[in-house]
Amino acid sequence: MSARTRLVLGLGSLAALGALLVWAVGGLPDFGHPRGPYADLAPRIMLDERHVANAVTGVTFDLRGFDTLGEELILFVAALGAAVLLRAQRTEGEIEAAAADEERRGPGTADALRALGAVLVGPMLLLGIYVVVHGALTPGGGFQGGVLLAGALLLVYAAGQVAAVERVRPVSLVEVTDAVGAAAYTLVAVAGLVFGVAVMDNVLPFGTTGSLLSGGTVPVLSVAVGVEVTAGVTLILSEFVDQMLLRSRRED
Amino acid sequence: MLAYLVAVWLLLVGLYGVITSRHLVHLVLCLGVMQASTYVLLLAIGWRAGGAAPIFADIPPNTPVVDPVVQALTLTDVVVEATVVAVLLALTVQAHKRFGTCDPDALGALRG
Repeated sequence: MSARTRLVLGLGSLAALGALLVWAVGGLPDFGHPRGPYADLAPRIMLDERHVANAVTGVTFDLRGFDTLGEELILFVAALGAAVLLRAQRTEGEIEAAAADEERRGPGTADALRALGAVLVGPMLLLGIYVVVHGALTPGGGFQGGVLLAGALLLVYAAGQVAAVERVRPVSLVEVTDAVGAAAYTLVAVAGLVFGVAVMDNVLPFGTTGSLLSGGTVPVLSVAVGVEVTAGVTLILSEFVDQMLLRSRRED
Repeated sequence: MLAYLVAVWLLLVGLYGVITSRHLVHLVLCLGVMQASTYVLLLAIGWRAGGAAPIFADIPPNTPVVDPVVQALTLTDVVVEATVVAVLLALTVQAHKRFGTCDPDALGALRG
């Protein structure tokens, strides 16, 4: 199909789809007035029955905990898939050699940027851990904090320390951590079957609303997801960094 | 109302980008724009006029809040989008290694 035919066909279909969607918007709930009982019920269940202050984290790890199990396994499989795809056609020891080359060549970034990156890594790690463990209390949770923690590694890379990145993340350790996070979530889900009545049953004591351990399994699952997201995103990012190292080596 | 139309617009403009794309990275990012429309739609459906954020750390328990269920759905949506983009970009890297181009039109014919 020529680009022109495709554009004409595409624009026609887009116009039809757009008209249908605008028509459908008329049937949506009035903006500002959510329909259905869950908008009112979910925060009340979370606060009264689960002692979780952050209703979003509560819904994610308790009411919709089973969906989050699937979501977490999607992340696990995607990190695995990206790693497998990017590692194809690579010979043994090539990455190490490329990293050594990069180190010999010296950093290509400005001193100010490297200093700023080095200064920010510590606070970034602390913020990430804080967001993960306070998921049940304040905005945040395992997913958000995990990405922050993985972002600290990207900061090291942005500061021009490519070789340092290779050293701080032994790939096998990252892979094992990824699997441990996914397994921990699955085990907590199964614990509901062993100690309660159903999978994902919240079997731990709920504690006092506002304390660090309130919410039963909610903070446990939040930490498990935090571990898995940190490792999964680190794995994905570092595989892409490896690609860049290989590329600059082949261009030499 | 406007928020719903923004969601429709994001979906259409992302799809237009996918159709006319001449580069695989551009195509993946257009897919991201399309997916952003679902975030806007979900959050718009759950918004309550004058509602607070559904986090009862420092507000009285009976305060009207926005719907936390759709916000949790949006969180799932964001995670799935990020992972899909990662896998698609990895595929793009492989396609470029194998065929030496990132133009989707040049990748049309299947080769062994």
